[in-house]
Amino acid sequence: MAMSKRKRAQYFRYAQYGLLVLVAALIAIFADWEKIRTAFFNLDVAIKMFPTIIVTALKNTIIYTVLGFTFGLALGLVLALMKLSSVGPYRWLATIYIEFFRGVPALLVFIAISAGVPLAFNLLFDIYSTAMLALGIVGAAYMAETIRAGIQAVPKGQVEAARSLGMSVVRTNVTIVIPQAFRIILPPLTNELILLTKDSSLISIIGLTGAQYELTKFGRETLSRNPSLTPILVAGLAYLIITLPLGYLSRRLERRTGGKKVSVV
Amino acid sequence: MSDICVEISGLKKSFGPLDVLKGIDLTVQRGEVVCIIGPSGSGKSTLLRCVNLLEEPTGGKIVVNGTELTDPDVDIDAARTKIGMVFQSFNLFSHLTVVNNLTVAQRKVLKRNEKSAQEIALRNLERVGLSEKVNAMPAQLSGGQQQRVAIARALSMDPEVMLFDEPTSALDPELVGDVLGVMRQLAQEGMTMLVVTHEMQFAREVADKVLFMDGGYVVEEGPAEEVIGNPQQERTKTFLSRVLDPTHHGPGDPE
Ligand SMILES: Nc1ncnc2c1ncn2[C@@H]1O[C@H](COP(=O)(O)OP(=O)(O)OP(=O)(O)O)[C@@H](O)[C@H]1O
Ligand SMILES: [Mg+2]
Repeated sequence: MAMSKRKRAQYFRYAQYGLLVLVAALIAIFADWEKIRTAFFNLDVAIKMFPTIIVTALKNTIIYTVLGFTFGLALGLVLALMKLSSVGPYRWLATIYIEFFRGVPALLVFIAISAGVPLAFNLLFDIYSTAMLALGIVGAAYMAETIRAGIQAVPKGQVEAARSLGMSVVRTNVTIVIPQAFRIILPPLTNELILLTKDSSLISIIGLTGAQYELTKFGRETLSRNPSLTPILVAGLAYLIITLPLGYLSRRLERRTGGKKVSVV
Repeated sequence: MSDICVEISGLKKSFGPLDVLKGIDLTVQRGEVVCIIGPSGSGKSTLLRCVNLLEEPTGGKIVVNGTELTDPDVDIDAARTKIGMVFQSFNLFSHLTVVNNLTVAQRKVLKRNEKSAQEIALRNLERVGLSEKVNAMPAQLSGGQQQRVAIARALSMDPEVMLFDEPTSALDPELVGDVLGVMRQLAQEGMTMLVVTHEMQFAREVADKVLFMDGGYVVEEGPAEEVIGNPQQERTKTFLSRVLDPTHHGPGDPE
């Protein structure tokens, strides 16, 4: 029985749909819907989380992330310039920094800043400084490589034109190269911001007071008082309020810059 | 003040083991237009880029507007403000509007205030016939327009001399005329110009002096009519016959 290639492809597609329907039907029949509903979608628990989850937890997540991102961006720019420096030791230091902090878990950095530094140096950071330092230190290691690639993607002719007009090396970098580099790396930098938003959850390992709760900590606290997965699910959805628009923005920007790809190694 | 604008003597430049310029002497009088012609790889761009020290010479001496650029203690940034440079690939600042392309260096380097920088920018845009493009982004302009903006940008610094490195080579043929027209105008206004070009007609009409370069040397030098119209050196003849009548010569022609 010879079957044409097209016919065969069609049957195969039917089979895939069939499998999907079958699995869905099995789940519908055998799943304990009541149990799933109370575990994941306990409306009472979810409602109790409002408005604190927005006015405190989401707000704090955003604050911690923005602090960390800003510091990380500044430090990342310095590291990128060091990596491009003609002075060897600057390059080595930047490389060591980047490789180290990309290689160790971010959680370890949070522990170091929140517990290690106070013990070792008798120096206690407040929650904002801790978030800024820990997130920034980790973020800088990733952003440095992105920024470096962006700077190198600026055409050499732009530098030559600027120097021909009498601009110094520093002036050329500040006025011409860095602004153009940032345009090029805006999409990957937006992705970096998404990653940092999620990494901000690591701060939940620190003892936070209620007003300092961010989404993950708030979710856990609510969970400890309500034996349901709902708080975690709601906290997760709250992260999406930040990350989905950022992801959309990143794709838009990427399209606008004509898909000019900066390879970040 | 002397009438000499650019004075180059014994200029040498090598890239590692490659000797590109092997001893160039050239004097450009104020108001003079000098065209540099020669085959690809003969060192024309390198020579031009040495005149504003985009390339560091390996030997010899360059004096521009009375300042010795080859002096290790020279303030090169200050010297460059008096030397306009126009590139084959335009190199407009792609993140700035046309007017900001023209004002950025005036303000940051010459420290002119916003208002006078803008006035000077608008005047120079008018000179190149692009007043209506003040607020355009470079990417919205044709190649010919971009190159004219690049010329206006250089002019906005009030340079004493302008360097052009094949300013029309990257342009579609129908856009070449506009750019050459602006350059012709500049020459008539008495601008000192050093132009690397393959436009023999332009060189003939505008140049006071033509330099033929080959293999890192100036092979022949003189008034346009003589160097282009009646070349004495064999290498110049071969080059010109190829450029002026390319269809009759294959790439394998004997030198
Ligand atoms: N930065 C550099 N590093 C190494 N070699 C170089 C560099 N710049 C130029 N060269 C070499 O120097 C030689 C002369 O180059 P140059 O650009 O001055 O030639 P040109 O006469 O302008 O040629 P064209 O007409 O193709 O523009 C070429 O062999 C080129 O490969
Ligand atoms: Mg060249």
